[in-house]
Amino acid sequence: MANILFLVDHDGSKVAKTPGELATFAKRAGSATGVILANSGAGDALAAQLSGTEIDRLIVVENDEISKHGIAAAVSALAQVVDKEKPEAILVASSARGKEIAGRLALRIAGGVITDAIDFRSDLSTTQSVFGGSFTVNAKVKVGTPVITIRPSSIEAGGASAAPSVEKLQVTIEAKDKTVTISNSQPPVKGGRPDLTEAKIVISGGRGTNGNFAEVEAMADLIGAAVGASRAATDAGWYPHTHQVGQTGKTVSPQLYIACGISGAIQHRAGMQTSKTIVAINKDPEAPIFDLADFGVVGDLFAVLPQAREALKAKRA
Amino acid sequence: MKIAICVKQVPDSWAEKKMVNGRLDRESVDAVLNDLDEYAIEEALRIVEPLNEGKETPEHTITLISMGPERTTEAIRKGLSMGADGGVLVSDPALAGSDAVATAKVLSKVIQDGGFDLVFCGTESTDARMSVIPAMLAESLGWAQLTFAGSVKVDAGAKSVEIARMTESGVETMSAAFPCVVSVIEKINEPRYPSFKGIMAAKKKPIDTKALADIGVNAGEVGTNGAWSEVLDAQPRPPRDKGVKLEDSGDGGTKLADYLLEKRLV
Repeated sequence: MANILFLVDHDGSKVAKTPGELATFAKRAGSATGVILANSGAGDALAAQLSGTEIDRLIVVENDEISKHGIAAAVSALAQVVDKEKPEAILVASSARGKEIAGRLALRIAGGVITDAIDFRSDLSTTQSVFGGSFTVNAKVKVGTPVITIRPSSIEAGGASAAPSVEKLQVTIEAKDKTVTISNSQPPVKGGRPDLTEAKIVISGGRGTNGNFAEVEAMADLIGAAVGASRAATDAGWYPHTHQVGQTGKTVSPQLYIACGISGAIQHRAGMQTSKTIVAINKDPEAPIFDLADFGVVGDLFAVLPQAREALKAKRA
Repeated sequence: MKIAICVKQVPDSWAEKKMVNGRLDRESVDAVLNDLDEYAIEEALRIVEPLNEGKETPEHTITLISMGPERTTEAIRKGLSMGADGGVLVSDPALAGSDAVATAKVLSKVIQDGGFDLVFCGTESTDARMSVIPAMLAESLGWAQLTFAGSVKVDAGAKSVEIARMTESGVETMSAAFPCVVSVIEKINEPRYPSFKGIMAAKKKPIDTKALADIGVNAGEVGTNGAWSEVLDAQPRPPRDKGVKLEDSGDGGTKLADYLLEKRLV
């Protein structure tokens, strides 16, 4: 049976929600072998968090040099696991770090790389949604062992009753992979709102906010949404660029997307048009965002949003 | 200090993109310098300009490196008008359909031959959006990888770089000795608009166009045939069903709330 290897994403003490998803994809093609790269003594606690997933085996590599020297050291460790395991494919969750590890690993083991897959099949082919969801592409690696990064939340993780078996593996990080030294590391600052790319609901503001995001944020807090912004709004300095949704910002695909005062230039649409349900509020009846909207209100967001909020509160009470 | 900046010409990110035979149709849309590369150019300029201050011939130079069709010189020219000193374009019919592996191979060959100390890049191109090239360059060159920088400090004397890497995993302070590959995020600076003087000066700056044979890369290693991955098929997304659009006549907010509740969206 094919052996599919995947990297377990974690922050040092807590595993992410992606390993269960990657395991479920891996099971389509064969057995699911997770690789945990951890500091000395941290591996067992991480492995324990993965019981109940579809992972068959876990390979735990404990080496303090990996977190100290960055991507190259992680690639070195992973390449040594690949060399020993000879997997049919390697899966990594799509993130800044995941994609960089995948790109370097592909060169090191001489295999092709595919990023941001939303589907992975038993014949090792993938599906990606490109150009902001305007095209769906099926692709396959044709040289070497495929290295594939998979977007979080592309599949519902399956469950299993048996806990994965755990093996330890020693690796040696060579000097050439230790040229970078990490001297300080701070976890992300978590706001009270959900993360843009993981949120079930996203509400975004654009030029129509005139720089006042108070109504957008108040609605976000009422319905548990993440807050996004159009490029016009981030370029104007009205909202942090990390919240930009669009071609040059984040791509989101939530259950519900509410665009407030956003005209819907292709630059923005490219980042949100695969959302399941799209609601738009805009003063301009000709705004292109209405072509995408399942429900559109031609009106002033500063009138529509507060009224909608009061109505929602009243219905809930 | 010699800095190389990898730049790409991409379809305007404000334009609609189409695919033909599993590839992006680059002919039908306006092509521009990748937005995200401008941040790399700006950051490199901010590093070398104070060091070159008052010098007759600049001791520290910036070279833009790109790969693509002939018209890529337009994108390079934009970077030159911002203030970079020269450009190298690898252009060859055999490059069409190249994947990330081939792109990294070609760019790193030019970088290797150019005797550079540092390579700057944007974090991704706005067309392919793979975000892997800077890391792959570090891998193929064997250079230190300092990517996703939200701030960069270069010590030209000590030949070292320190960055704050900013990603969804948090902020990491990391440093390395030359040579390094640095990629910068959008937050790092505000790229300048080319001045009239800059645009005029750019017309006289050298762009060295090379074919694959000139850089010693085999045509069989690049392009569609040399790619390690292939597109099996590409389908446009089906259009969305026509939705409801109503004029707010004083009860738009209430109707919106009703819609959200009825569809169980909140």
